Amino acid sequence: MAEVRALGIDVGSTTAKIVGIDDDGRIIWHVLEQADPQVGKQVEKFLELAREVTPILSVPIEGEREIGVPLIATGYGRKLVHQATRTVTEITCHARGVFRELGHGGTLVDIGGQDSKVIGISPKGEVVDFSMNDKCAAGTGRFLENTANRLGVHLDRLGEVTLSTVEEVSISSTCTVFAESEVISLIAHGVATEPILKGLHRSLIKRVVAMIRTVGLRPPLMLSGGVVRNPAIPQILQEETGEEVIIPRHPQLMGALGAALIALELVE
Amino acid sequence: MSIIDSLLYHWNVNILSHSLLRLNIWLRAEISRASWKSKYLAPPLKISWLNKDLVTRHWLRGHYANQRHKVAWVTSGAPTELLKALDYFIVYPENHAAICGTARVAVDIMSVAEEAGYSQDICSYARTDFGTLLSGKTPVGKLPRPDLLLACTNICQTVLFWYRVLARHFNIPLIVIDTPFVYHSEATEHALQFVLRQLEQAIPVAEQVAGKSLQERKLKEVGRLSKMATELWLEIIERNQHQPAPISVIDQFIQMAPIVEMRGDAETVDFYAAMLKEVDERIANGIGAVKGEKKRLLWDNLPIWYRLRYLAEFLGENGVAIVASTYTNAWGELARYYDVERGLESLALACIYVILNRSTGHKLKTMQRMIEEYHLDGVILHSDRSCKPYSIGQMDQRDRLIREFEKPALLLEADHNDFRCFAEQQVANRLAAFVEMLER
Ligand code: SF4
Repeated sequence: MAEVRALGIDVGSTTAKIVGIDDDGRIIWHVLEQADPQVGKQVEKFLELAREVTPILSVPIEGEREIGVPLIATGYGRKLVHQATRTVTEITCHARGVFRELGHGGTLVDIGGQDSKVIGISPKGEVVDFSMNDKCAAGTGRFLENTANRLGVHLDRLGEVTLSTVEEVSISSTCTVFAESEVISLIAHGVATEPILKGLHRSLIKRVVAMIRTVGLRPPLMLSGGVVRNPAIPQILQEETGEEVIIPRHPQLMGALGAALIALELVE
Repeated sequence: MSIIDSLLYHWNVNILSHSLLRLNIWLRAEISRASWKSKYLAPPLKISWLNKDLVTRHWLRGHYANQRHKVAWVTSGAPTELLKALDYFIVYPENHAAICGTARVAVDIMSVAEEAGYSQDICSYARTDFGTLLSGKTPVGKLPRPDLLLACTNICQTVLFWYRVLARHFNIPLIVIDTPFVYHSEATEHALQFVLRQLEQAIPVAEQVAGKSLQERKLKEVGRLSKMATELWLEIIERNQHQPAPISVIDQFIQMAPIVEMRGDAETVDFYAAMLKEVDERIANGIGAVKGEKKRLLWDNLPIWYRLRYLAEFLGENGVAIVASTYTNAWGELARYYDVERGLESLALACIYVILNRSTGHKLKTMQRMIEEYHLDGVILHSDRSCKPYSIGQMDQRDRLIREFEKPALLLEADHNDFRCFAEQQVANRLAAFVEMLER
């Protein structure tokens, strides 16, 4: 394995990720886990794992800063990563990561477990505008999680079940709480699970499309975040925008990759 | 007023406040300047102590105002000159609410109003005012009871309902000056005449409550002082076209208190003349409000009173200075309408051409002009939860600033006085991302 030259850690609200990259900015090592509310403990664990793969890795231990690869922290918990050389917001990091992976600008939609964002990226890879939804669960993974629970469908099967039908009922609420009550009433009226699920996906995507509109759609449209594992999401996003949706190879690691790339610049 | 009251007044207001209180304020300001440690921000202007002194004495006079003057409560866009010329003591509830906001007691006070049934959707200044009314809570000691109310709808329609509540509460006359909205670049002649007629009709009401008649000489004098002060203020804020900018907008938010609260006073003119001198000294010595200024921004909408320092420090740390604002400009841009020789007509013009009484297109043009004149790198639009008239149109304005001017623009959701609408973590994240974007 090539040497890890820089590290990026993305402490999100749903998952935590750490990425190690080589001289060329390629991901050569990573760990992804569900977020632990005890951020400090999880970060320490990640760094322990990193030390195992790269002997040259060294982060400040007990106040001593040794020579080693730099670490950039991003995501909501970034300020809690005391070992980080610097912190950078997830907007900049995601743009950087996806630009590196796909090699072009455009509009990046990142749907995370509890927040979502839309980033306008210039042909040179710079952030030109962004919109964030982090005050409300509408338009985030949590929206589906909540309602899927009600329908008794396991999260991993959400996409498959959704795409198994052509029928769809319209869900008028974008609000997570109201959508849940809407679902309960639909079930009570005997409506089948699949069309309800499809309607829920569309409702989530409509919220995301509204965010895209505030930033302005600059094609191509790119998608990242944990929700990408659900195949119904890119498909419905494509339907709603009329744009082909491009997904990078490691959709959940874009923030951590961007952070590592910024760290690599420090080495250079 | 009894002899004892009168003696007490002179002792407190003229002797004590002129000597001990002033000395105290001056000393504290000097100590704070001497021990100034910020690595990123220049110390406050030397003249700041005088601002504090003026405001403190204003409220101290307010304490005794009911015994010595007729008192009027007015809206910030009202033609206060009319009342000043009739020797009213003027109180701006909006200003008082802002003081509560900076002192971070506004939410405690407005909760009283909310418990009494006033919705959280109402302007947080109004809620603060109602809270003070119902509870007597205020950081300024005591608000003098009004004898007359003057509301001008040039800032919003909220004031119309707000002042009706006051009129009922105090059972006193309310003068409303209704200003037709200026949709295009100029106000129509009949709109101007409409405002002028209302001003004419307001005079006898104000005279009757004051128990004296309006003298033209006095009105001219107050008008002259208002014009001088607003002209000076405009000059001060325009000095920020220099790089680095000598006085940040966040400091302007504080320094503008006298131009709002004490417009028409000779002391206000002296204060701004001295401030202009100091600002010029800063320019001559190359001192910027933000040390190592790298990026320059525009601020749209009211201040976030309870987080001024946080914003100044966060941005300052990143070399970002807010150097222009549609809000502080609003008090300067009126200077050209004050014309002593044109009396009431000039007051009508000053009323009708207030930024909030003009179209969103006009505000966009103002911002675009500022971007050029002040050499700005980006814009922060404070989307103010409870000030709808200032916030309306910001989404489109933001789009056009980005598209047509290629300036990054951030919509920051908060509220001018209600910190419950301020999501610390989210604001910090957006600001940080915006600053990183500016650095690209
Ligand atoms: S609604 Fe806005 S303009 Fe009207 S009083 Fe409140 S802050 Fe001022």
